[in-house]
Amino acid sequence: MIDANDNSKWREFKNKLFFRVVILLSGITISPIVLIVFHLLVKGYKQINFDFFTKVAPDTLQAMTAVRNGELIPGGIANGISGTLLMVLTASVMAIPVSVAIGIFLYENQGKRYTNLIRNLTDILQGVPSIVLGLIAYIWIVKGVTHGFSALAGSIALAIMMLPLIIRSTEETMKMIPVSIKEAGAALGVPYHKIILKVMIPTGASGLTTGILLSISRVIGETAPLMLTTLGSTAINLDITKPTSAVPLQIWEFYNNPNMIDLVWSSSLFLMGLVLTLNIIAKRISMKYSGNS
Amino acid sequence: MIKGALPAFREFGFGFIFSTDWNPTEGKESYGALPFIAGTLITSLLALAICFPLAFSTSLFIAEYFSKTKIASVLSTLVDLLAGVPSIVYGLWGFYTIRPLIAGLGYSGQGYGIFTSGLILAIMIIPYATSISNEIIAMVPNELKEAAYSLGATRLEVITNVILPNSRSGLVAGYILALGRALGETMAVTMLIGNANVIPTGFFSPGNTMASIIANQFGEAEGLKLSVLIAIGLLLFVVTAIVNAIGKMIIRKFA
Repeated sequence: MIDANDNSKWREFKNKLFFRVVILLSGITISPIVLIVFHLLVKGYKQINFDFFTKVAPDTLQAMTAVRNGELIPGGIANGISGTLLMVLTASVMAIPVSVAIGIFLYENQGKRYTNLIRNLTDILQGVPSIVLGLIAYIWIVKGVTHGFSALAGSIALAIMMLPLIIRSTEETMKMIPVSIKEAGAALGVPYHKIILKVMIPTGASGLTTGILLSISRVIGETAPLMLTTLGSTAINLDITKPTSAVPLQIWEFYNNPNMIDLVWSSSLFLMGLVLTLNIIAKRISMKYSGNS
Repeated sequence: MIKGALPAFREFGFGFIFSTDWNPTEGKESYGALPFIAGTLITSLLALAICFPLAFSTSLFIAEYFSKTKIASVLSTLVDLLAGVPSIVYGLWGFYTIRPLIAGLGYSGQGYGIFTSGLILAIMIIPYATSISNEIIAMVPNELKEAAYSLGATRLEVITNVILPNSRSGLVAGYILALGRALGETMAVTMLIGNANVIPTGFFSPGNTMASIIANQFGEAEGLKLSVLIAIGLLLFVVTAIVNAIGKMIIRKFA
């Protein structure tokens, strides 16, 4: 059969062209991450020194004089680091037990009516923008409980953000554990709650840890909810009923203050380094886990 | 737990719901919410439009062209890293790097505006879109593709005629979820949108989104203003929840 209009050359051309376009666009897609990291490194490394971690943020006058003289801005972000640590720790203490428990509950009760309801609620929660969660924490805590901005409010907002992530990963982890392990425990006469505590959780430990680490890395960088709840402060503060600073909040403050702009880069570098490290650790753990089972 | 928030919203917003909801007034005095709704929608849709070709190509790269190769996993890891960047860092980078570029183009005075924020938003939602579309594209059965090849189809034709129709609903769901993420993004948009309480008129004009107005005004808000901000937050919550629910429903129906 002779086809007078053999267009295979044209089709071949389209094919090759599309292929090239795909490669090009994929390259463009990853360029931002490379650029961002590069930018942060170049601009940020100057301000990172020992003081960075141990001194609190300078006030405007100090910063202004330093910039005028072309020196490094004195001080560091110790108040931010301590605040972030405090709030993330508090949030974790609140969120981890609850969400692991809920995750196990969902796993144990598949298919029941309220299971699906809880799962849907979790999904909705995951989609809520962080600033809305900040508003909720504001209404509940800042207005309701402490009548003032506080680290507790910030921790609650962060905890709410951590919940869906940990719940989901806990449930998935539990699902991947072979049922035979559970049954072996039951066959040996182990009571139910002990099966969960001593058999399932240790087996799924790496999966759980991955989920926890990922959710922590997610909330460390959150700014918006903290803006509405803890307000920030200029001193190292360990009281959870008072306003506290946090690293992303400080970056926002530096950004808004023309004299402290230089500090923005080193703080961002630090923040990103923290987030990336947590992510890499989590990935390592999850790879080791799937390698073993 | 979650339901507890709603009565609080209502209690604050209710008395002022007449002056807030869907009132096409633009002056801040009457607290119309329309400019912010418009801002949110326009930036997010723009972000989705920009994100689509990028995310789709990357997904094809990872799941189809170079599927299961080393370079695909490298690429995949890099894209995941994009998701890990805190939004404030995106805002900073956008402010100091992208904005001068846009200003240099000459369209906008200082480079703020809808386009800039849409661009940054697009970069931020790419990882969410790619991770879902990667899986969907990889799920297309090999037999279908091989059948098409054996009939003499080129790679592109296999993609358009076999993979796309097969995975269409999954892909749509993925992009809808990415849209949901873009709707709620606060910090990066706040830093780039120019903070003007008007309905944006052109591609490069400044505006405001629901999230950014809350972030900007919350510090000094009280009384009526505060209730307005909270009502806007409620609106944002509802919109995001609906978009996400639609996306999840499509995925569930598909898989």
